[in-house]
Amino acid sequence: MEKDTHFILGVYDDEDVLLQAVEKVRSTGVKIHEVFTPYPVHGLEDVLGYKRSRLPIAAFLFGILGTSLAMTMQFYMMRFDWPMIIGGKDYAAFPDFIPVGFEMTVLLAAFGMVGVFMISSNLKPWAQPRIFDERSSDDKHIMAIDLANNSTMEEEKIREILASSGATEINKKSFE
Amino acid sequence: MAHHSEQHYNLEQRFDFTAATKKSIMTVLVIGAILLGIGIILGITGGGHEEAGEAGGHAFHWYERLYANLWINNVFFTGIAIVGVFFFAIQFAAQAGWSTPLLRVMLSFGYWLPFAGLLMLATFFIANHDLFHWTHAYLFDKNDPQYDSIIDGKGAFFFWPMEKGTFPIFFIVRMVLFFGLWVFFFKKFQQISDQEDQLGGNSHWFKMRSWSAFFLIFFAVSSSISAWDWVMSIDTHWFSTLFGWYVFASWFVSGLAAITLLTIFLKGRGYLEMINQNHIHDMGKFVFGFSIFWTYLWFSQFLLIYYANIPEESVYFIERLTSDVYGPFIFVNIGLNFFLPFLVLMTRDSKRHGVFLKLVCSILLVGHWIDFFLMVQPGTLGHNGGIGFMEVGMFLVFGSVVALVVLGGLAKKNLIAKNHPMLEESYHHHI
Repeated sequence: MEKDTHFILGVYDDEDVLLQAVEKVRSTGVKIHEVFTPYPVHGLEDVLGYKRSRLPIAAFLFGILGTSLAMTMQFYMMRFDWPMIIGGKDYAAFPDFIPVGFEMTVLLAAFGMVGVFMISSNLKPWAQPRIFDERSSDDKHIMAIDLANNSTMEEEKIREILASSGATEINKKSFE
Repeated sequence: MAHHSEQHYNLEQRFDFTAATKKSIMTVLVIGAILLGIGIILGITGGGHEEAGEAGGHAFHWYERLYANLWINNVFFTGIAIVGVFFFAIQFAAQAGWSTPLLRVMLSFGYWLPFAGLLMLATFFIANHDLFHWTHAYLFDKNDPQYDSIIDGKGAFFFWPMEKGTFPIFFIVRMVLFFGLWVFFFKKFQQISDQEDQLGGNSHWFKMRSWSAFFLIFFAVSSSISAWDWVMSIDTHWFSTLFGWYVFASWFVSGLAAITLLTIFLKGRGYLEMINQNHIHDMGKFVFGFSIFWTYLWFSQFLLIYYANIPEESVYFIERLTSDVYGPFIFVNIGLNFFLPFLVLMTRDSKRHGVFLKLVCSILLVGHWIDFFLMVQPGTLGHNGGIGFMEVGMFLVFGSVVALVVLGGLAKKNLIAKNHPMLEESYHHHI
């Protein structure tokens, strides 16, 4: 079986050490693939230099889609498909459409956001998750470095950087 | 986090109410007074002509519009003042830590409450019949041709235990009781906060939390009833079961906008250096969220009345929507108080930068003033109302006087509750 992606894994015991290690490792030019922690570590996104999620934009667009669909649907039904006079109002009584419009906005924004999140996070049911180190769901913080992304640097050098940044263990893991 | 250096802030800072600041507020006051004067002169010289031909109706006098304006602004600014105290109490009931440096800013709005109470009482006794239709004695006299059985049925709410149509003792007692207890709680909060400054420790925080809980229970009841008393009773025949919440929501958004503006103002002057974008962001979220809450209540009230179309209920909106004077303001109201904050404050960046918040909060204060204008004027002035010199002038006069009182009060004490147990937590607030 051919293994074609190789990762160096730094294992850290303490979140403060981890945060400083991330800053230190990044300052040497090593690109970090991902950091796995058992619980949310405050400030980790900042030191990793992550850009803000664009998920709210998706939510907004899906929300607008929901509003438009709801309004179009109700207008078509009430004005053209099956016009009905309800409570002496016009066929297309706009205030009546707002509750349904609101609900559809919320529904599509929520569904759209969940869908986009699952696609962008590769959470499809048939996806094979890469388990780097099972202890990242217990008591260890795992910093994963993709060797393919750091081809300019020697593997030994990366191991040295990790060791000097406070990693208690340095492992290698390969995936297909 | 260990790698953050320990911050040392000046906890003894005190707002310096400089002569320059006073002068600029006084300038607004003078401009407002001039506009108000022009409005009154225009009212005296121009008013009352078209009403001369009205059969049965009483002639319209310019001072009725003055009274209506006093009432609109007094209800509006009372709301801002009490919401300052209310939001303060919420921080303790919710055990919030992020807002600790803002506590004194919120509480300072309460300085306006005693003045608001006196003005409210005085305006009620001066304006009386001109604002409140239900104060007429003939409505309750079965032998009078103008006897009104609907208002007679509601009479006890104003006059109990006295005879209907005499002195509205129940109404007055409620007004005095509400203002009295609001001021009492305001003073109590200040007193506990002062003791905390001197003695330190956690016991004052627990004490404040208990008093906050009592205040919140009282405010839940009193805010609703004051909305029925001071606003809904103007349209005496009409009623809406969520009116108390609707007025509260308008008050809350105005109060939050005022607190945010004052915070940004103080920050701009170099005070409150521990307040950063994260705290401002949270205030922005409150303004954004409760603008939507206000819209929800406004629309819930409207939709049910519109859909059921029961004449005794829908008259309220027909009176406003079909009027040349008030019709357009219904849409201005929704535009300024919903669409503007909703669209502008939706993104994270706009809530984190003072420029957007300053703009939106200032517009919201005007927007919610228009909301109260729409609640009060149609029932008191009818087609003689509108937004003219008198309205703008009175708003500026009230606004600047409230600013003088609130900032004057703020300058009396330290800006920061230096011994508050959650002060440290608020420094590290990060969202």
